[in-house]
Amino acid sequence: MVATNVAIDAEDVARRFDTTWVLRGINLRLDAGEVVGLLGANGTGKSTLLRIVATLLRPHAGRVTVFGHDIVGAADEVRSIVGYMAHAPGLYGDLTARENLRFAASMLDRDAREADDALARVGLTVAANETVRTFSSGMQRRLAIARLLLGRPRLLLLDEPYSNLDTDGIALMNSVIEERVAEGAAALVVVHELGPAAPVLDRTETLVDGRIVDPGTSDENTVISLVANDR
Amino acid sequence: MTWRREWRRARAIAWKDLTAERRSKAGFNSVTALAVTMLVLFGFALGPDTQGMRDAAPGVIWLSVLFAGVLAFNRSYQIELDGGSLDQLILYPGMRRSIFAGKLMANLAFVGLMLAIVVVTGIVLFQVKVPRAWPALLAVLAGGTVGFVTLGTFYAAMASRSRAREVLLPLLLFPMLVPVLLSAMEATKALLGGNLMNDAGAWARLLAVFDVIFLAATFLAFEAVIEV
Repeated sequence: MVATNVAIDAEDVARRFDTTWVLRGINLRLDAGEVVGLLGANGTGKSTLLRIVATLLRPHAGRVTVFGHDIVGAADEVRSIVGYMAHAPGLYGDLTARENLRFAASMLDRDAREADDALARVGLTVAANETVRTFSSGMQRRLAIARLLLGRPRLLLLDEPYSNLDTDGIALMNSVIEERVAEGAAALVVVHELGPAAPVLDRTETLVDGRIVDPGTSDENTVISLVANDR
Repeated sequence: MTWRREWRRARAIAWKDLTAERRSKAGFNSVTALAVTMLVLFGFALGPDTQGMRDAAPGVIWLSVLFAGVLAFNRSYQIELDGGSLDQLILYPGMRRSIFAGKLMANLAFVGLMLAIVVVTGIVLFQVKVPRAWPALLAVLAGGTVGFVTLGTFYAAMASRSRAREVLLPLLLFPMLVPVLLSAMEATKALLGGNLMNDAGAWARLLAVFDVIFLAATFLAFEAVIEV
């Protein structure tokens, strides 16, 4: 049993795809109870870093631990405490919303009732028996949030979680983050626009060309300049 | 307790795949239609000689199932790739083997049903006499299906991350299928020819041995295949 309050401890993490180094020595530390925004232009390695911490990719150099568990040596322990939300919602279009969540509940060893509670929490009870293929992008994103809730994760890894969400959806996302953090979790959130995430962020880190350039605080100007560079 | 949990996960995956298939129907209908069309085409190619068609029936039936089955295996991982679900599936804690077991169960149901339709069509089309030892024939068909689906499910997982998976899967799968296909085909042929105890028994035993080897090997190797 590893007891630590360090949610993420990444040391000199590097990763390449073919011959191109996407991450070039990332050092990042997140404590329990912290919400950190990860900023950067497209292609700077934000999603790659998130996928490495989530155990979906292995680093070619460096070491990452999540609450003391090594992501390579103890991947299963990491997976049991991490909640990862990617760009794609990762839902099954031919299943209904309820069936999607009940499947996730079975995989996470949760009760079917918890699946229904999560569905109610994200406001999709009325659409519970509709197939996900008929859902709008925002509804699919809400369903992905419900699945995230089912896992009761200690570390949230969110890749642009606000995309396709309306105002209510953004508030829902933020309330889920706040709720988990209040229970001792941490969150690493990839954002392009600071606006929706600003209420929950404690600090931001900026990735440029596969490196974290300077630790800073929530600063809208930083994001504006990054978006401008991206264009 | 852990095994019970893993069994629950495997069942959940099989249920999810079969429910998705039942809703869309596109996969089963097209794959079965392809297998039956191949039977008909083989029938035309073999000509009007009834005895020749009867002799060729076991090989024709198994080859039709084999070619159509490849599409089914590709599809079983395609539903994970479509909405980015494969990452979520991998991220659920627990043994990776339960993913394989779930996919295997769903594919066994899918290919088993297709095989039943193809066999009945083949018997009618090729005017094959159903042997008295039809339970033995059923056992051989089941054994051949298990070997075929085990390897197909495994190699489809291996090919699923490749952009050329539709081409890669048959290239990986067909050479490995030779022992299963040969023993299943010969056992079927012997049973349909009325040779119950000699050739049929030997080939059926060989098929069972291959099934056990392939099941054990694929369950052991699956984790290395599905993890990045």
